[in-house]
Amino acid sequence: MHEHALARSILDAAIRHSGGHRVAQIDVAVGALRQVVPDSLAFHFEILARETPCAGARLEQHLRPARLRCACGEEWELAEPSFRCPRCDGAQVRVTDGEQLLVESIEIEEAPCIAPR
Amino acid sequence: MHRTKVRVAEDVLDANATIARANRADFDRAGVRVVNLMGAPGAGKTALLERALAGGLSDERGSVQVGVLEGDVQGSLDAERLSLLHVPVTQLNTDPGFGGECHLDANMVRSALPALPLEELELLVIENVGNLVCPAEFRVGEDVRAMVCSVTEGEDKPLKYPLMFRTCDLVLINKIDLLPHLDFSLEVLLGNLDRVHPGVPYVLVSARTGEGVGAFADWLAARAHERAPT
Repeated sequence: MHEHALARSILDAAIRHSGGHRVAQIDVAVGALRQVVPDSLAFHFEILARETPCAGARLEQHLRPARLRCACGEEWELAEPSFRCPRCDGAQVRVTDGEQLLVESIEIEEAPCIAPR
Repeated sequence: MHRTKVRVAEDVLDANATIARANRADFDRAGVRVVNLMGAPGAGKTALLERALAGGLSDERGSVQVGVLEGDVQGSLDAERLSLLHVPVTQLNTDPGFGGECHLDANMVRSALPALPLEELELLVIENVGNLVCPAEFRVGEDVRAMVCSVTEGEDKPLKYPLMFRTCDLVLINKIDLLPHLDFSLEVLLGNLDRVHPGVPYVLVSARTGEGVGAFADWLAARAHERAPT
């Protein structure tokens, strides 16, 4: 259910950067470790966006797999939630990707400039 | 109409993080250390707090003035239980004004700050809304996080809710008095916990019998006497 609060934050960020224009698309990077359910996020976003400049906007979710790096040098993509190194069994493991929840960009609709030269 | 792409590059949780930092600054100014206590509904968060705070918190450096901020969707049942211990308890409901949110966020906690006797406190325990997903996402200005995981929830919970288990500084494994009656392997749970959060400290506790509660109380008192990280 955190998708509701996250959708609201995404909406706020998009409107803040829209400069008063209608927003046609929002591109969001969603790290696999954030436990976001994509359909749920889209559902909440659609409802919250009604009667805002983001009404009907496309919410493009780019899923980023989780990547980890161990102090021993091993790097791997996380397939199941195991944060010990598969090579050395160590716990000096750093998440290098997959923790982000980022509004990357928005696409706004602008009227073409028709002012005479 | 033509479309223009606008770069945003903004963390979705930025707004929450900013308010959480403001909360943290207020807590630091008042010299209060803050524990965010999380766990599933019915895991025993309130019961463990009751047991740990009964008779007062203290360590070798003396007694600790502790207060509780009680987060619930509705009602004040838990706050009423804790107020019997004569510790200051402030109720924060997410239902009116916050849309019945299933977690506390930094802004909700900020709204409760004026009601908290911060100047009198050394430690504030924020009991979050019972939930294993959402509270993990939202920092509220805490110094440390503890979670209660009870053995009746099954051994697989760390694997199903890795974000919660990964962001905790202490895991309280509650209801161990029920182990003889359950098809539950503590070894499997600890193995799953180790996979998700290698090395995280844990305490085996029973809020019912009091086993292990002293270790939790000691941990709380030690947090109160930690210096604010600079």
